[in-house]
Amino acid sequence: MGTITLKQVTKSFGDTQVIPPLDLQINDGEFVVFVGPSGCGKSTLLRLIAGLEDVTSGHIEIDGADATNIPPSKRGLSMVFQSYALYPHMSVRKNIAFPLKMAGIEPEIAKKKVEDAAQVLNLTDYLERRPGQLSGGQRQRVAIGRAIVREPEAFLFDEPLSNLDAALRVNMRLEISELHQELATTMIYVTHDQVEAMTMADKIVVLQAGVIEQVGSPLELYSSPANRFVAGFIGSPKMNFIEGETAAKYDAHAIGVRPEHFILSNKQTKDGWEGKVEVSEHLGSDTFFHINAGKQGVLTVRAIGEYALRHGDACWVKPDEDRIHRFDAAGLTLGS
Amino acid sequence: MATQNSRSAARLMLAPAVILLLGWMLVPLTMTLWFSFRKYLPLRGGDQGWVGLDNYVRFVSSSSFWPSVQTTLIIVGGVLVITVVFGVLLALLLDQPMWGQGIVRILVIAPFFVMPTVSALVWKNIFMDPVNGLFAHLWKFFGATPIEWLSQASIQSIVMIVSWQWLPFATLILLTAVQSLDGDQLEASEMDGAKPLQRFGYIILPHLARAITIVVLIQTIFLLSIFAEIFVTTGGAFGTKTLTYLIFQRVLESQNIGLGSAGGIYAVILANIVAIFLMRIVGKNLDA
Ligand SMILES: Nc1ncnc2c1ncn2[C@@H]1O[C@H](COP(=O)(O)OP(=O)(O)OP(=O)(O)O)[C@@H](O)[C@H]1O
Ligand SMILES: [Mg+2]
Repeated sequence: MGTITLKQVTKSFGDTQVIPPLDLQINDGEFVVFVGPSGCGKSTLLRLIAGLEDVTSGHIEIDGADATNIPPSKRGLSMVFQSYALYPHMSVRKNIAFPLKMAGIEPEIAKKKVEDAAQVLNLTDYLERRPGQLSGGQRQRVAIGRAIVREPEAFLFDEPLSNLDAALRVNMRLEISELHQELATTMIYVTHDQVEAMTMADKIVVLQAGVIEQVGSPLELYSSPANRFVAGFIGSPKMNFIEGETAAKYDAHAIGVRPEHFILSNKQTKDGWEGKVEVSEHLGSDTFFHINAGKQGVLTVRAIGEYALRHGDACWVKPDEDRIHRFDAAGLTLGS
Repeated sequence: MATQNSRSAARLMLAPAVILLLGWMLVPLTMTLWFSFRKYLPLRGGDQGWVGLDNYVRFVSSSSFWPSVQTTLIIVGGVLVITVVFGVLLALLLDQPMWGQGIVRILVIAPFFVMPTVSALVWKNIFMDPVNGLFAHLWKFFGATPIEWLSQASIQSIVMIVSWQWLPFATLILLTAVQSLDGDQLEASEMDGAKPLQRFGYIILPHLARAITIVVLIQTIFLLSIFAEIFVTTGGAFGTKTLTYLIFQRVLESQNIGLGSAGGIYAVILANIVAIFLMRIVGKNLDA
């Protein structure tokens, strides 16, 4: 079915190597998210899998068969582009039916499939419109509709939500997750938004400069990041890193503590770090404090609910000893 | 221009240009209309007063009228088909990354800079001359009898010359259109299983529709009045007398300004019929 294996895949544009040798296994039915900072090669990797770019060396296997030299249309994959890439001169109906028409499927059967897809995606009322007459979210759904009618082995999404506003993004995120539950087809999803990655993925692949930093479930990445990059990239607000004397006490080059793993107090505690509140951000459900803790530097600390500390107030923070991450000088996580 | 406000502002600002252009157009048109109702023979008695619709009736009942309309339409139609078809192909070719792209593009555009009279003379004397022309040599090389291009295939020759002149224009406009096509759309259609020809038919050609419309409309306007190419090559002989050429003959060769003006009005009517007809067919591409 929809298993995809990359073996020692590399990609260079001219002299610059964008993807150094890379191995990756994607299992059938998995929702895999590629996440990483801008320019790290996520889109390139996706396009290699799609067949829109040729690999420089290495092999791509789909369903156990070598697909490295198979053209994109024969790989049985569907792609949803960041720009939607709808055909502007065709109605929504024709857009969705296009892959079926190209595959030579009988118009009667195609019509049924298009209408089913439109039903699932709430597009029934818009079938006769042109893409130019739709909102961003509707266009996105048409692009997804065009991808699902082919019943592909796997879906490829390249930052499909980045052109939508925040509220719509949350909605579409849910819709795509539901679609995945329903179809149980492999999905590969590229994003630079770690919230999308955490909420949607079965498996997250964290990339930096074309190198896979870590592969794992969202909670694995959250609770046991392999290195300092992953620790800093996953989780919001970012993990606090403390170096120097304090880290040395823990036998490490640096220690990392997430904002939610501090115990905050406005009374002196015996082994807490003393600090001064610089900025407090009240979100209602949570409050984030930026606390200047002297030699520990500026720490971000999360408190649940309202917390009555203001700018300039003294406070004491104490890390949750069980949830301290220790890193060596190269940034790798040290075992406990 | 979406709001009421911006629309009326736009109208106000366009007004000077529109008034100037109207004046520019209306004065000669009115004079032509005026002369078309008078008997005016500059060398044979000058302006001899009103004759009503006489000139119109005489112009149409002349045996050369309908053939000239037919010739005009054949030449315009032939050139349009050739320039659009080859224009699209050349535009696709020039869009491909290749070595020496800049020079090739300049070469393709070059014919547009050659004056019609000059290009017609070059074609007539260097290519189509039945004794010394390059085509004649080519034919002889293969043992065939050279064609007397301008008398045996006169209309085809003129269509060829004029197409050669207008191909760069079509290519240039279509090339910019090809370049404006979103690469994602082509990649999406590739993933959707469209083969190269299908990609051309379903994605590229519809994208070009608007540019093709513009090429057709603009070229038609200019092609209806081609003159130099005919004057220089056949002088209107061998069935190459277009409406424009017929009017020229009436005014200058027969020195009959009234009759020529009536012909001019017919030409305006013909141009409008063709324009409306074209707008109907292709106009819907413009407001998509
Ligand atoms: N056609 C190309 N030619 C040369 N370099 C390229 C090409 N395409 C991408 N690159 C380079 O490859 C690197 C990875 O690009 P890629 O588009 O995969 O990044 P990305 O992770 O998708 O970033 P973003 O989140 O901004 O979309 C970038 O440094 C980019 O400059
Ligand atoms: Mg990208």
